[in-house]
Amino acid sequence: MSEKNGNKAFTSTSLRLKIGLAEMLKGGVIMDVMNVEQARIAEEAGAVSVMALERVPAMIRAEGGVARMASPKLIKEIIQAVSIPVMAKARIGHFAEAQVLQELGVDFIDESEVLTPADETHHIDKHAFKTPFVCGARNLGEALRRIAEGAAMIRTKGEAGTGDVVHAVQHMRQIVKEMKALTVLSEQELYHAAKEHQAPYELVRIVAQTGKLPVPNFSAGGIATPADAALMMQLGAEAIFVGSGIFMKERATPLDVENDPKERAEAVSRAKAIVIATTHYNDPKIVAEASEQVTGTMKGLAAAAIEEKELLQTRGW
Amino acid sequence: MTQGANQSRIGVLAIQGDFSAHALALEESGAKALEIRKPEEIDGIDGLILPGGESTTMLKFLERSGFLDALKDFATERPVFGTCAGIILLAREVRHPAQVSLGLLDAVVERNAYGRQIDSSILVGPSELGAEPLEMVFIRAPRILETGPEVEVLARRDGFPVLVRQGRIMAATFHPELSTDRRVHRLFADIVSNSSQPGGIG
Repeated sequence: MSEKNGNKAFTSTSLRLKIGLAEMLKGGVIMDVMNVEQARIAEEAGAVSVMALERVPAMIRAEGGVARMASPKLIKEIIQAVSIPVMAKARIGHFAEAQVLQELGVDFIDESEVLTPADETHHIDKHAFKTPFVCGARNLGEALRRIAEGAAMIRTKGEAGTGDVVHAVQHMRQIVKEMKALTVLSEQELYHAAKEHQAPYELVRIVAQTGKLPVPNFSAGGIATPADAALMMQLGAEAIFVGSGIFMKERATPLDVENDPKERAEAVSRAKAIVIATTHYNDPKIVAEASEQVTGTMKGLAAAAIEEKELLQTRGW
Repeated sequence: MTQGANQSRIGVLAIQGDFSAHALALEESGAKALEIRKPEEIDGIDGLILPGGESTTMLKFLERSGFLDALKDFATERPVFGTCAGIILLAREVRHPAQVSLGLLDAVVERNAYGRQIDSSILVGPSELGAEPLEMVFIRAPRILETGPEVEVLARRDGFPVLVRQGRIMAATFHPELSTDRRVHRLFADIVSNSSQPGGIG
């Protein structure tokens, strides 16, 4: 087993810096944005970071086609427009897209199941990059496999673009439950646990000792309201990703924040409220006040109504 | 180090950022750490840390419900320590871009002055905290461009101050909470326990 999968990996300068940036984002909201105006709204509302992409998951789901990395031009414009860190997505396994994103100065790369996978077997070797990566996971084994590959942050996958939080809840509960279960195992039992989780023994051992992932654990996928954010934080998420929940009106139509002041105000109200609820997740009075300020919510799509083959979360393994 | 009944109670602003890393560093330095999310919560604490994170996000919360004024009042008699985003909140003037700040530290600070995440770095260098070199973790760090006459410089990077003290105010452009060396947090804990005792520096 390579040394980089063990405890020593977490003392390397490169990984400490990557995890360090993830630490700075804790307690905050990372918002998907498709243009400069949305990025400015996100920053004004108090987002800790923006995710630059061409189409939010709800649009990808509705429109179909191959979803790829955003255009470098758009990413550069967004980097210029805001002072907070900028993230962008690369397709699973598409290390050349990741190289481009690193070259552009993106602060965090999301190797994301929301885009069409480029490799059906291999994820990106994230140790080979200086830029930190975040990856999605549905269970502990998947999270630890991504960490073994060099991910500096894990997020639940949920079911992106639905506005239905049910799978984010399922994935967070699953990861937390599996971590708790490891903490009561004996040293001898950990070898078998590693086999069961299909994850490196050294990482399983770290989780067994600490009861938590060795990198920050965030939540994404279907989070659309302030109460959704508060729910995920109470379940153990350390920060929140909001994809389609802020800037979408109908299933495939974004709010027109550039030309319609009323729709702009609606996006601002949603963004602000989710930021407040994420910080004050344990204070229902404040979550209630924040929710009251919201003037609309994305329409949403029940995750249970989606056919198995249409699910985004089953991409990646 | 103080213990038990004399243990200092130090708050960590927990709006957002690496507040839990600071809380752990404080506990390891002999203080009791408390998470602070609302202005009324600062009443019972002896000192306060403004952690790393995004200063723009923290400001959104501080600009609401009189939090900024409450912090200014707090700092007139009790110690405050800011790291990274925290020093941006403490500075007299912020550039790149300009933004509101508490003006408690006589310094001009430039945000994201070393570049983006890819330019983040861990350096080891001398400091006024003893002969042993100090590890300094810089993450999308700000730079202190100017300091006033009352600001004491405790460490530098390329000639620019990175760790400073002005009476009961302390600030770092790096993240001592992400290192295992506890000298920086112990110094702050000492400032807090001295200022909360009668006849102390407070």
